[in-house]
Amino acid sequence: RSLFSSNLLRTVRLSSRRNYHASVLPSLISTSSPEFTAKSEAMEVLISELDAKMAQARLGGGLRATERMRSKGKKLPRERLGLLLDPHSPFLELSALAAHEVYPESIPGAGIITGIGRIAGRECVIVVNDATVKGGSYYPLTVKKHLRAQEVAREHGLPCVYVVESGGAALPHQANVFPDKEHFGRIFYNMAQMSALGIPQIAVVHGISVAGGAYVPAMADENIIVQNQGRIFLAGPPLVKAATGEVVDEETLGGGLMHSSESGVTDHLARDDEHALAIARGIVGDLGHAGSVEVGPDATPEDPLYDASELHGIVGTDVRQAFDMRDVIARIVDGSRFREFKKEYGTTMITGFAHIHGYQVGIVANNGILFSPSALKATHFIQLCSQRQIPLLFLVNVTGYMVGSKAEKGGIAKDGAKMVRAVACADVPKLTVVVGGSFGAGNYGMSGRAYSPRFLWMWPNAKVSVMGSGQLSQVMASVSDNPAQHASLEAEIERQSTALYSTARLWDDGIIKPTDTRDVVGLGLALAARKRQSGTAKGPSGSTTWDGAGNGFGVYRM
Amino acid sequence: SGSVLHRTRKPHFDKILIANRGEIACRVIRTAKKLGIRTVAVYSEVDKDALHVREADEAYCIGPAPSAESYLRMDKIIEVCHKTGAQAVHPGYGFLSENAAFAEQLAKEGITFIGPPASAIVSMGSKSESKSIMSAAGVPCVPGYHGSEQDPNFLYSQAQQIGFPVLIKAIHGGGGKGMRTVFEDSEQAFNEALSSAKRESLKAFGNDTVLIEKYIIHPRHVEVQVFADKLGGVVSLWERDCSVQRRNQKIIEEAPAPGLSPELRADLSAKAIAAARAVDYVGAGTVEFIFDNDTSRFFFMEMNTRLQVEHPVTEMVTGLDLVEWQLEVAAGNHLPLSQSQIPLVGHAFEARIYAENPRNNFLPDSGNLLYLSTPSPSHTFAPTLPSVSREGDNALIPTNEIAGSDSLLHLGVSTRLEQGFEQGAQIGVFYDPMIAKLVVHGQDRTEALRVLRKALDEYQVVGVSTNIEFLRSLAGNQAFIDGEVETGFIPKHTAQLFPPVAEPSHAVLAQGALFVALRDHPNHKMVSGAPVSPWNSLSSRRFGGDHYERTITIQTQETSEPEDAPTATVHVKASSKPRHYDVTVRTDSSETSFLGIPAELASPTSLATTLDGESLKTTIVSQRPPPDVPASLSVNTMERLHVFSGGRKITLVLPSPKWLLSLGGDLLKAAAKGALKAPMPSLVVEVKVKVGDKVVKGQAVVVLESMKTETVLRANTDGVVKAVACKNGEMVAEGKELVDIEEEDV
Repeated sequence: RSLFSSNLLRTVRLSSRRNYHASVLPSLISTSSPEFTAKSEAMEVLISELDAKMAQARLGGGLRATERMRSKGKKLPRERLGLLLDPHSPFLELSALAAHEVYPESIPGAGIITGIGRIAGRECVIVVNDATVKGGSYYPLTVKKHLRAQEVAREHGLPCVYVVESGGAALPHQANVFPDKEHFGRIFYNMAQMSALGIPQIAVVHGISVAGGAYVPAMADENIIVQNQGRIFLAGPPLVKAATGEVVDEETLGGGLMHSSESGVTDHLARDDEHALAIARGIVGDLGHAGSVEVGPDATPEDPLYDASELHGIVGTDVRQAFDMRDVIARIVDGSRFREFKKEYGTTMITGFAHIHGYQVGIVANNGILFSPSALKATHFIQLCSQRQIPLLFLVNVTGYMVGSKAEKGGIAKDGAKMVRAVACADVPKLTVVVGGSFGAGNYGMSGRAYSPRFLWMWPNAKVSVMGSGQLSQVMASVSDNPAQHASLEAEIERQSTALYSTARLWDDGIIKPTDTRDVVGLGLALAARKRQSGTAKGPSGSTTWDGAGNGFGVYRM
Repeated sequence: SGSVLHRTRKPHFDKILIANRGEIACRVIRTAKKLGIRTVAVYSEVDKDALHVREADEAYCIGPAPSAESYLRMDKIIEVCHKTGAQAVHPGYGFLSENAAFAEQLAKEGITFIGPPASAIVSMGSKSESKSIMSAAGVPCVPGYHGSEQDPNFLYSQAQQIGFPVLIKAIHGGGGKGMRTVFEDSEQAFNEALSSAKRESLKAFGNDTVLIEKYIIHPRHVEVQVFADKLGGVVSLWERDCSVQRRNQKIIEEAPAPGLSPELRADLSAKAIAAARAVDYVGAGTVEFIFDNDTSRFFFMEMNTRLQVEHPVTEMVTGLDLVEWQLEVAAGNHLPLSQSQIPLVGHAFEARIYAENPRNNFLPDSGNLLYLSTPSPSHTFAPTLPSVSREGDNALIPTNEIAGSDSLLHLGVSTRLEQGFEQGAQIGVFYDPMIAKLVVHGQDRTEALRVLRKALDEYQVVGVSTNIEFLRSLAGNQAFIDGEVETGFIPKHTAQLFPPVAEPSHAVLAQGALFVALRDHPNHKMVSGAPVSPWNSLSSRRFGGDHYERTITIQTQETSEPEDAPTATVHVKASSKPRHYDVTVRTDSSETSFLGIPAELASPTSLATTLDGESLKTTIVSQRPPPDVPASLSVNTMERLHVFSGGRKITLVLPSPKWLLSLGGDLLKAAAKGALKAPMPSLVVEVKVKVGDKVVKGQAVVVLESMKTETVLRANTDGVVKAVACKNGEMVAEGKELVDIEEEDV
């Protein structure tokens, strides 16, 4: 019973310090009301469905593939991840439900696990091929998820560790995997660019790494191969035979011992998966001043005053039901303290300053339809944050900008554009959480995916589409020759606007539970706060432009 | 009377030197401090950080580790006496304590030896001389024939005179060789045993002379503590029973001896006093008797002319400080109490904590005291007892104090700890492997045993194997509780004293795994006062579908064939509640889940958790392998967790990962095939080969000694000695290569 008394004491001390403060948000909700209960129950159903889908995706390619890997003495992809990460460290996984119901066959997580985690005390982006899913081959969404992870790494100056076991591009999909700008080749382009930017690139080869895949270890700054297991070659034995007539086995052609002792393609020869990951941890421990360093919070973190689980009953699952976003903010920010800006003006928009996990943040949140004053208020606030170098958090529940002659006459298009311009050009990191709907141009003004927020997360109930499904189908019906299609169209649009549909296509970085919002955003803010120590390029807190600010060429493999 | 004593009392020494180490040196220093006497410690190079060195006022290094080069160097010790002005030397026990030459040398140098005169040491040092002195003084000795006449008929008639059963013992015999017991009074049986004993002795020792002694079927070891001053006073401080022994060494002692009648006690004391008087004894001495449990007769065995290891049990029942008495006597004063004033109150036990392995024939162990946690002692010295004064006639019959005294209730129970070492000390490598003595006192035997059991439960040692668990079984053994002690106690009760080792419970395995999982938990609050990022504070949290989990494999037995050792896998998963875990333990036979249990490390060696509703705070100590020894399947190269649970120490082994074993295997393979390495830290007694010698497989190459046990290293292949990397008398570390043998081409 006395186990956690010290924590209890601390809590008591903290709460006694929480004197009445003008910026503390009150909680005016009634948790016993029927609406609250109904909303809460609906949200919980959605969350348990999400949990079930996540659990399913976690299993990867299924029992048979798993057993086959185990029988070869290999660790499973999630086990590799666990061994790589520091004990007890948090892990922020990205897009765990990528490719969900996208392809005719099941490709859990798009056959790749990506995320940010701590290795040897340093946050890294980790990319793990899931060889239990189609041998770890790259589908179009696998490429997209891989590239997105690299984008996160580049923006935050995080070292990359690639845990490789992949046969390369999924050949039936080659047209959508290989040729375009943001296709397979971009992976290596990014590796070269990041290496030049001083962001270390580490590869661990656990299995086959062939053809295009061979370039992941080859492009890495430092790499490891597992003996009698990892294989790197540009062409496998059958292709070699066809091309040159040479008969050679895989181990001779591209085994760990050969590459470590003869070709120099690999730097470290590991006995098994566990050893390889132990070496990788050692490498990350020796990265010196490359990449960015953590910058601690501005203030001591404090828990919100109100229970995060109440978010379920506040928001619910029906995007048409209004709620006060302040009730959401009160359950996310430190001490539930929120210093509102322009509170009485443009009231469908909420702006103000708060701390999350001790990091200062400017919050832009919707509380109804965007009118001109709301847009102007947001624009003003974004400029303030940009001037003060305070990161922005967008809490999204927007049906769009107001329509109608009155609004058009008022110049809503002009005012909305001001807000979109401010969001596009804000010189601070942006984080976006879609709490409810994200419709129409509201999506742009509230830092949708196209506006390069550092991270964009969806709640399970969130919706994203050009307009609400009912509205959209009506519009479509009115211009259509065949009004009979109205009903099926509405259902189709409804399906396409769900969080699940979005996350499967990597329009976001994952669906998060409402109760995890504060922690996930806190992790994101901590990443956004990181500073570059050295290197040749502009720090990650600066421009998020993708193209070559780097000088030099990174690390050549010799 | 008191006033006279006072007037004639000579002052104590100002400064004494303690020519010993470990607990006895500390013990002497404590009394000296109590009396305001300055102390000088001597030490060997390896003892420079030892407790006795720190406790003393001054300390001097007198040589390297081997006793012969340090603690036995009389010249060095005398030199330190002169240098420091120490007026007297306390020898402790062992080392020079019964060395007549040392006593004489000190006398010549004008330094007082805190012990008996050299003549008494010499008389008592010889078995035959001591026995004839004792017989002359009317002290009974074991009947026997020790003469040179070896005619079988004569010997048989001697045996008949002694009375059967008899023991035929080769005079050079030892280790059971050349010894025969004859139970039946029959000439044929006697002659058969005699010739077989002689044959065996001739073969083993090249001499077939035998002696005949009375054989005692159920012997006990009972000894009387005597004290004599230089003025002719001799008293008995009653007896101790030290019957329960292993490897012919005492392990647990008690006072008074159980089951003795007051008359028998008085008789023992009277004979012991007579023995001391016969040799003009001075100081603390112990007269040892062999006591025949079947006939209640006792016979003189020998007299130990020193303060003994087990003296504290006598102190506890008499309320005295024997070291103080030694100093008093050495200063030339009268004994502080007369026989009639010496109390005998309650019952005391001393349990000796040894670095040894009871389940492996009590073989001594050695190593570092990695972790030491002891019960808290209630007393430093003996408790103060009410003073007594008996009528002159009954001076040797102290029964009246044992029962019915009200003051006993006020005394309560006492626990004393005689320690010479602290956590981190090296035990048993160069010297005796005794770690400490646990001494308890209660108003009767049952109470003392209960206190002893509790104290043993709280005694936790990691780094060396100890006899603590064995002592605990002994103190809880019904026959022992009933006082049925005899020297054959341990062999007789082996089955009860060594119950089969139970498999670790799932709860213990769960705690071991939680310890492993939690000790990696970063404690950022410790690092600095600055606020920490959620990357630090959100420990074990996984977002977006992952779980924080660990699977920990535990080998549940310390065995020499780890490949066959039973293993358990324990799955630890962070639950949604911070610092709570779901733990699943799987063994071959079963599976147990503990869900949503809180767990936290209260200290680096203490796990706080709640299993099945029971709130637990368990001491768990990790013993990591030496970093410079390549990983192998030997448990010595793996991490071990010592879990103290339910009064037991359960050792779990964390097998090294395969890759580490693979790397270690390569290293070992690369090392020369014929290389012989020291299997433990030991002393090189004899190198039997030199470079260039041809050896055959199995030939003795090096003889090592570790804690009084010799080990012979033999060639593991036919070949030629390529290198010899050690020399006689050298101390070598575990794993050191001693001799390299190049395999011979066939």
